[in-house]
Amino acid sequence: MTVPVGVLALQGDFEAHGAALARLGIDSRPVRTAEEVRASAGLVLPGGESTTMWKLMEGTGIAEAIVAVARRGDPLFVTCAGAILSARRITSPDRDGLGLLDATAVRNAYGRQLDSAVVTLTDLDRSVLGGEPLEAVFIRAPKLADLGPGVEVLARRNGDPVLVRDGNLVAATFHPELAADARVYDLVFGAAAARAA
Amino acid sequence: MSSTPIYSSPFTSDAFRVKVGLAEMLKGGVIMDVVNAEQAKIAEDAGASAVMALERVPADIRRDGGVARMSPVSKIREIEAAVSIPVMAKCRIGHIAEARVLESLEVDFIDESEVLTPADEENHVYKHDFKVPFVCGCRNLGEALRRIGEGAAMIRTKGEAGTGDIVHAVRHLREVTRQMKSLTLLSRDEWMAAAKQLAAPFELVVWVAEHGKLPVPNFAAGGVATPADAALCRILGAEAVFVGSGIFKSVDPANRARAIVEATTHWDDPARVAAASEKLVEGMKGIEAGKLVEAELLQTRGW
Repeated sequence: MTVPVGVLALQGDFEAHGAALARLGIDSRPVRTAEEVRASAGLVLPGGESTTMWKLMEGTGIAEAIVAVARRGDPLFVTCAGAILSARRITSPDRDGLGLLDATAVRNAYGRQLDSAVVTLTDLDRSVLGGEPLEAVFIRAPKLADLGPGVEVLARRNGDPVLVRDGNLVAATFHPELAADARVYDLVFGAAAARAA
Repeated sequence: MSSTPIYSSPFTSDAFRVKVGLAEMLKGGVIMDVVNAEQAKIAEDAGASAVMALERVPADIRRDGGVARMSPVSKIREIEAAVSIPVMAKCRIGHIAEARVLESLEVDFIDESEVLTPADEENHVYKHDFKVPFVCGCRNLGEALRRIGEGAAMIRTKGEAGTGDIVHAVRHLREVTRQMKSLTLLSRDEWMAAAKQLAAPFELVVWVAEHGKLPVPNFAAGGVATPADAALCRILGAEAVFVGSGIFKSVDPANRARAIVEATTHWDDPARVAAASEKLVEGMKGIEAGKLVEAELLQTRGW
């Protein structure tokens, strides 16, 4: 039996991630404790409200467990609020993140819900994602700034990085789990899916 | 405004996807009623996934009577400035102008709510005309699908707001779930008769029959006063919970808010719900909803 990918299920659109993984034939389960996080083969930190997730992680050891899973080299996929949690620094309000993504996450950088949008991304790293435009659903999205030297930018929106890779972690400021395009998931779990097959 | 028929692609338009997208992000969380910035900050610090601005919490509306309206503009601006989480606000049923004002204030979600005094006895707002998403209440599946037909991107089952009594939230969650399950058992020949009986748009009846759930997130509201109440809503299928008077009408709002957030996430782990409740003293006194006379009920507003 293969070990499932853990989808952090404290709050947010974790079910949408589970459904997206299932469509790709990748086994996953929702995780809500430090033990469950550690027992996962790879992690997804979903969209939702990062302030709520921080609150629910307090005193549980979950943050430490996520860092441990990342340090052992498991694939990590973090979207929107998940990308905020993973960042080195976070603004508005200012605080430290988990430090898994060498960048600063600027919360609500595009504005409020009225500025949420479905955008067709064409400024892509074609060697990684191919030539087809990528449909991206942005919901009260953050921006990523102060990228470290080891961070690869895979897609941009109006020049801003929106899909990046930092070692075994892939971060999207949009929601690939709400779109039908599998390329971003393949980027993260391609190897894992092939192993399972 | 576009005159495109809504059933050509009601769930595939980018505008609607973005609205439902925000509702997806609020799943598993607690949306708390607040009347000012101070309460909004307490809610955010406790882990609320959004706050709901309104003029008075339902228990006060019930006690003081009078016409309940949209929150004052100054309060909405104050709340938006105070917190970084989404800010929702209530407008009266059918009050198109209040809804437009809330949209111009850039609230993140509008609740066209029976808790406020209805502005239109017959019609709800046509919500596809707005860029901001709407949530509406329902007591049964037909009401839910009528609101979605008008463009609601989120449904909340109505409890009896301001009572602290969970019984009507349970009744309506059970009712909607039972009706959805029943639809899945029908053959195609029976769908139109079901739509007629539910007084609901046919295409949405078909969608529910084929999927066994609503096409938008389904949250619970009304009468939630304790962590166990929140867990009960989740057990019965609610994907998130709205809490109104239950927090700021209790003696320990910050602790209670925090505990309800914890219980909403760990609803399936009774030990966690117990631990979350450990430090709480008594909840809001409340009113037994079954003792209210028909004219005192808020849930019967809207249709």
